[in-house]
Amino acid sequence: MSDAAIHDEHHDHHPYGGMTRWLTTTNHKDIGTMYLVFALIMFFIGGAMAMVIRLELFQPGLQFVDPVFFNSMTTMHALVMIFGAVMPAWTGFANWLIPMMIGAPDMALPRLNNWSFWILPFAFTLLLSTLFMPGGGPAGGWTMYPPLVLQTGAAFPFLIFSIHFMGASSIAGAINIIATVFNLRAPGMTLMKLPLFVWTWIITAFLLIASMPVLAGAVTMLLTDKFFGTAFFSAAGGGDPVMFQHIFWFFGHPEVYILILPAFGIASAIIPTFARKPLFGYASMVYAAASIAFLSFIVWAHHMFTVGMPLAGELFFMYATVLIAVPTGVKVFNWVATMWQSSMTFETPMLFAIAFVVLFTIGGFSGLMLGVTPIDFQYQDTYFVVAHFHYVLVTGAIFSIMAGTYFWLPKWTGHMYDEGLGKLHFWLSTISVNVLFFPQHFLGLAGMPRRIPDYAVQFADWNMVSSIGGFVFGGSQILFLVVIVKCVRGGQKATDRVWEGAHGLEWTLPSPPPYHSFSTPPAPATIEGGMR
Amino acid sequence: MDTGVSTRKLVTKLSLLVLVMFGFGYALVPLYNTLCTVTGLNGKTGRLSEATAAAMPKDDTRLITVEFVTNVNSGMPWRFKPLVTRIAVHPGVETAVDFEVMNTSSDAITGQAVPSLAPNEVARYFSKTECFCFTQQTLAAGETRRMPVRFIVNPKIPAHVDVLTLSYTFFRAAAQVTAATPTVKSVPNS
Repeated sequence: MSDAAIHDEHHDHHPYGGMTRWLTTTNHKDIGTMYLVFALIMFFIGGAMAMVIRLELFQPGLQFVDPVFFNSMTTMHALVMIFGAVMPAWTGFANWLIPMMIGAPDMALPRLNNWSFWILPFAFTLLLSTLFMPGGGPAGGWTMYPPLVLQTGAAFPFLIFSIHFMGASSIAGAINIIATVFNLRAPGMTLMKLPLFVWTWIITAFLLIASMPVLAGAVTMLLTDKFFGTAFFSAAGGGDPVMFQHIFWFFGHPEVYILILPAFGIASAIIPTFARKPLFGYASMVYAAASIAFLSFIVWAHHMFTVGMPLAGELFFMYATVLIAVPTGVKVFNWVATMWQSSMTFETPMLFAIAFVVLFTIGGFSGLMLGVTPIDFQYQDTYFVVAHFHYVLVTGAIFSIMAGTYFWLPKWTGHMYDEGLGKLHFWLSTISVNVLFFPQHFLGLAGMPRRIPDYAVQFADWNMVSSIGGFVFGGSQILFLVVIVKCVRGGQKATDRVWEGAHGLEWTLPSPPPYHSFSTPPAPATIEGGMR
Repeated sequence: MDTGVSTRKLVTKLSLLVLVMFGFGYALVPLYNTLCTVTGLNGKTGRLSEATAAAMPKDDTRLITVEFVTNVNSGMPWRFKPLVTRIAVHPGVETAVDFEVMNTSSDAITGQAVPSLAPNEVARYFSKTECFCFTQQTLAAGETRRMPVRFIVNPKIPAHVDVLTLSYTFFRAAAQVTAATPTVKSVPNS
């Protein structure tokens, strides 16, 4: 128990009550909560869209929805999950945890923080409202390739402006996080003592700042191509549609690391806790994350090996892509080495973290296969790609978000969650997610294209298996919601440290932490004692 | 406030970086076009003046077959064909071929042809001294027009290449595309 924190508890008041408190708050814990709740809502909306997709693909033929609506489901599912669920969840974690982890009283730019969150509901109102417009929502894929995307009807400007808003929100969040970590660290909290979650988030923030504006530029070009007579991507006016793919993936590849790097930080916090050993190779973890971030800017064309590139280009992007396996391998090695000969226990956060390491590695391996140019020519735009990125994003990013939620939920709420329900949620999710996505590898290898509402009959069996897995996975997330709601409403009182092996400044605060924590920085001795 | 000042400085720098990266997205456009012209990526071919073409050394020992392919973009009511579908040329010798295009609709239409050369990696050894693709073409209703192209193959073209395919696609001119694209109001209720 830290004495630095407690003296604040008596001014634990909010200037406004009710909804106004949430609209006007500049407190990092309130904003973190809002981000996480928003992400959870979006997770269920995006999940419902995935259920529509799996329902239609349960059997060959067109059963439930018409093809245009199906296509808008695949498009919107991706946009909602990427920009609505995973990214806001990471910003939520960052808001809640980074100030507490580095001994800061709040974020460096609290008003900007409020604004970055409140842009999001507007962005997603714009985006989701397109589903009710004449012509339906955007249906050309989340990658928005012209000329197809330019055929989008009334939804088109809504799509573009919602992406501008999402970009502005995440850029503002990234600037805030960098400013917080660089300027508000407690004395004695040197850069190489930062918890890895903070490190991975700084790197993520730089990726956001460098890549999001490029996406904003690309979609602005689409907008002016459609409405203002420019011809960036129109061959008729001397433009080139392939150029959009280059610009888009110059953003798009760093984006996939934006989605996964904080997950590395979470795994690096949870595994040492339940292995009761310090993280193996802290410095190499930092350098590995930084190299992954650097490499992410020079591999974009591996998403478009089949558009027609000179051989030298194909080779360069192949080698650079496969090179990413080295720092990623360092990370996986370090997690395994941390668990090696340790006294592990398997509480829900640890179960999710171990599943993350194993299943993310499977996604990494299929990524290596896709990174090899001649092989990619066969796999491009098949379900193999779908299986690959869902292993990386669902069992990678989403599983670590769940691991982190179980890990810090007792700290945030002051109550222990229901361990039995948590374990049930874990086992149901882990088994069903593999039933859902593993067969998609087979479908892809056999040649089933992605983004189609109907398929040839030879794909029927594995699609049915995949859909059953999908329904169970979707259903078991209701359990996740139940656990969270139960934990917020009450439960066994959590101790300050919560987990026997937990290390880090956030565990020196009471559970739940006071509204204002670390108004005076923690003592250097606390920092040393909290770190491993 | 020391932290306040350094935060302001840091935020200014980071915001500047955001602006620079937004500009970089746009800078990729000329960068990409330059790269394509230099490397011949996407089959972009270059233009040469008559004088430069005349000064080019001739190579009578090699014969290169040039094939011609024509396309009309969807929704463009034109008929477009090469009058010669293939021709054998010596590198360094300027050659002229004709294309014929006909407006089958009952309206005047302005179009622009976009060329592409395969294989892409040798596109920079193929240049045109005259081409209808350089300018927009307006055809009256039912009008037929013969359009010449003069081209030259650079003698430095790699030895393994003996067939080139020049393809043209006629698009509606950009201004007309905007006018012809369904606007928000005319999207069908489906």
